[in-house]
Amino acid sequence: MTVRKRMHLAAIPHSRIEFSSFEQLARTAERGLFDFFLLTGRAEGLWPLENKGRIDDVDVAGRPEPITVLNALAAVTERLGLAATVDATFNEPYELARRLATLDHLSGGRAAWNVVTSSDASIGENFRRGGYLDGTERYPRAAEFVATVRELWDSWTPEGVSRPFAHRGRHFDIAGEFGVPRSPQGHPVVIQAGDSEAGREFAASTADVVLTRQKRLEAGRACYADVKRRLRKYGRSPDDLKIMPGVTVVLGDTAAEARERAAEIRRQQVSPQNALLMLGRIWGVDLSSYDPDGPLPEIDPVPDSSITQGRTRRGDTVAIAEKWRALSKEKGLSIRQTVIEASGRQSFIGTPEAVAAEIDDFVQRDAADGFVLVPHLTPGGLDEFVDRVVPLLQERGAFRTEYRGATLRSHLGLSGPPGRDEDMTADASDAREQYQQ
Amino acid sequence: MTSSHGRGPLHLAAAVDQRAVYDAGSYTESVRLAERGGLDFVTLDDGFARPGPDALAVLSRVAPATRRIGLVPTVTTTHTEPFHVQAAVATLDWVSRGRAGWRIDVSAGEGEARLFGRRHAAPVAALWQEAGEVADVAAKLWDSREDDAGVRDVATGRFVDRDKLHQVDFHGSTFSVRGPSIVPRPPQGHPVRVVDATDGQARRTAARYADVVFVRAVSHAQLAAVRAELRDSASAFGRDPDHLRVLASLVVDLGDGEHAAEPGHGGGGPRQTARGPLYRGGPVDLAELITSWYTDGTVDGFHLRPAEPRRDLERLVNGTVALLQHRGLFRTFYPGSTLREHLGLARPANQYAVTPVTGAVTGAVTGSVTGAVTGGAS
Repeated sequence: MTVRKRMHLAAIPHSRIEFSSFEQLARTAERGLFDFFLLTGRAEGLWPLENKGRIDDVDVAGRPEPITVLNALAAVTERLGLAATVDATFNEPYELARRLATLDHLSGGRAAWNVVTSSDASIGENFRRGGYLDGTERYPRAAEFVATVRELWDSWTPEGVSRPFAHRGRHFDIAGEFGVPRSPQGHPVVIQAGDSEAGREFAASTADVVLTRQKRLEAGRACYADVKRRLRKYGRSPDDLKIMPGVTVVLGDTAAEARERAAEIRRQQVSPQNALLMLGRIWGVDLSSYDPDGPLPEIDPVPDSSITQGRTRRGDTVAIAEKWRALSKEKGLSIRQTVIEASGRQSFIGTPEAVAAEIDDFVQRDAADGFVLVPHLTPGGLDEFVDRVVPLLQERGAFRTEYRGATLRSHLGLSGPPGRDEDMTADASDAREQYQQ
Repeated sequence: MTSSHGRGPLHLAAAVDQRAVYDAGSYTESVRLAERGGLDFVTLDDGFARPGPDALAVLSRVAPATRRIGLVPTVTTTHTEPFHVQAAVATLDWVSRGRAGWRIDVSAGEGEARLFGRRHAAPVAALWQEAGEVADVAAKLWDSREDDAGVRDVATGRFVDRDKLHQVDFHGSTFSVRGPSIVPRPPQGHPVRVVDATDGQARRTAARYADVVFVRAVSHAQLAAVRAELRDSASAFGRDPDHLRVLASLVVDLGDGEHAAEPGHGGGGPRQTARGPLYRGGPVDLAELITSWYTDGTVDGFHLRPAEPRRDLERLVNGTVALLQHRGLFRTFYPGSTLREHLGLARPANQYAVTPVTGAVTGAVTGSVTGAVTGGAS
C-alpha cells in the first residue's frame, strides 16, 4: 500500500429533533471513523421564510440548539469531533467562548465552532442587538469576534493559572477573567463556511477548516490553490487550513441505478409547492397562484423586493431569472421541471467503487483535503456511505483505519492553536490586525 | 386551600455543584447517585464572573447517562439573549426526554457587566423584572411552534404546518423578540421554571412565573410566611397556588454523621451562616427535620446543597433519603418519566393553540389567556 494523502470526512445530520436520531447518526459517523459531525442551527438557514408577512414552510421543521445537543452526544461517542454552527452576529464573545470551552472540556477535546454570520434583518428582531449588519460590517465583526474568543481561550496558562483579559476593539470592549481553564485542545477547532472573497480571506486569517461549495475538479483545484495561497500572509502553512467541500453522494449497484436514484431524490426535494416558493424568491413576488406544471411567469422579476430583502441573495436574481427562462425555453420545461433542473445534480453519483475513486482523485489532485457529507432525503444515506465507501477508501490508503488521537485537532492533523500572537511573525500579526479593522 | 397538610407528596432536590470541576465524569456520578435516591431533580448553579463550566452544558452531557431525574441548570437572564436561552433550555428538554428545568437568576455585579460590555450593572429589582419578562417570553417561544407543527410530508414537500407557527411579538422593558422559536415545542411543553425567592426583589417574578420556588430560611415561621406570601401573590396573578412548589433550600453538612445534630439543629432547625441556612448533624436528624417541616405544611419539599459535594450527597441519599423512603414519606421509584410528572405538575396547554390539549391545565404556568394571542391561529 502506497502512502497517499489521506482525506478527512465529516457529516451533517438530517434536520431532526429527537435525540435518538442524532445519537444514531453520530454513532454511524464514529463507526466510519469520521473526523467530525457538524450541526447546523444558524437562525438563517432554518428561518421560516416569509412571504407577505406569512410564514412559509420550506424545510423548517425546527431543530435543536446545536451546542446543547453536542454536549449530550459527547456522552454517547468517544472520538468523533463535535462541531456546532453558531452565529457571530447575534452572540457575545464571552458567553460563546465559555460555552465552546465547556464543550471541549466535557468531550475531552472534540469541540469545533463553525462560524457563520447573519444578514437577515428579520432574525435581528429576536435579539437585544437588533437590526442587522450589512456585508461590509459582518466579516469585520466576525473577525474581531473570533480574535476576542481566542484571547479568552488564551487567558489561562496551560498550567491552569487565570490571567485577566481586556479587549477593546471596534465591536467589543470587555474585560475581566475568563471562567473556564484552558481546554484540552487549547482552542476548539474553528470552521468557516464560505466561498466569497471575504469568506476566503477570513478563513485564511483564522480558521482551521473551511467549508466550500463543491465544484468540478478544475474549479476545485483553482479554489484550493487560491485559499492555500492566502495563508502565507498570516504566517500560516498550507497544512494549517483544511479545505472541505460540502458534497452529496448517491450510490447504486450500477451507474444506471445510481443515476435513477439521484433523479428520484431531486424530484422529491422539489415538490410542486417548493418549486413555486423557490421561483417566487427569484422573481421577488408571490407566485403561489401559478401552476407548478405550467410555464414560467411572463412577468419580469422584481429586484430587491421585500421577499428578498436582507436575505443572503443568490447572486443577481434578475440574471438568474433570465437563465431559468432560457433553460425552460430550450428544453420545454415546466416551472417545477425548471427548478429541478436548475437546482443542480448531486456531487458524486455512482457505484461505491466509482465514488471512492472519484473523491480520492479530488484529494490526490489537490481539489480538497476532505469532504463534508450533506444529507439528502435518502434514508440511511450515512450508513450506506460508511458501509460501502469507507472500506474502499481505506483499501486505497486514502482514509484512516483507526483513530490515532483523542482530539479533533489530532484527527485533522492540526498542530496547536493557530494565530497566537507570540507565535506569529510581526508581519503576520500586522496582516491580521489590518484585516480586523 | 391554604391548609396544606399532606396535600402533595414530598419533593426532594439536591445541588451537584463542585468547585472548579470541568470533567464530565464526576458530575455524571453525582447525578446518578441522586437518581438512585429517587430525587425529583438536581440543580447546578452558574454565573459568569466566577470559575466553572456552563451549567446547562454539563447537565446536557449528563442527560444520556441518566433516565428519570430532573436536570435544573441555572441560566442567567441579564447579559444573555432570551431567544438563545429559551432555545437551549428547550433543547435540554429534548435531549433529556422531558426532564429539563431552568433556574432563573440575574447578574447584578459590575464585574459580570464588564465581561459583556453592553450595559452597566442595574438595580436588582429592575433585573428581576427583566428576568420575569424573559421567563414570560420563553414560555411564549416554547408555545410558538405547536406540538404537531413539524409535519413531515414528503409527498407535498410540507415540513411545517404554517398555521401552527406563531410570532410572539414580545416587547419587554429592555428587549424585544419577534419569534417564532427555532426549536420544536419541548416534550414538557414548558420546562420547569425555578426561582430562588429568598430575596424579596425576586418574589413577584417567582410568584408569577415559577413552578418551583426555593426559600433559604432558618425557621419554620420565616418559611411559612414566605410561602403564604408567594401563594397569595400567585393567586393575585391568576394562578392556582397549588401549582407552586415551595422548597426550603439548606446547606447540609453531614460530616459528623455518627453524632446527633449540634444544638440548635436537627428538629430545632438549621442556623444562619455566611453560606446561608446550614444544617449540620447526622442524616437521621436531617430526616427528622424534613419530616417535621413537610408534615406540618411549612414547605412542599427541600433543596439540599451538600457542604462537601461527594461525601454529603452520598450520606444524604443513603442515609436521609433511605430513611424517608422506609417511613413511606418519599418515593422509592419514579412513577413518571418527566420532571413535571415528578412534581405533580400538568403539561401546560399551548397558549396559541385554538383547541386546548385535552386534559391539560390552561394557564397553569403563565396565567396567560388565549386572548393574548397575537398573530395566532385564525
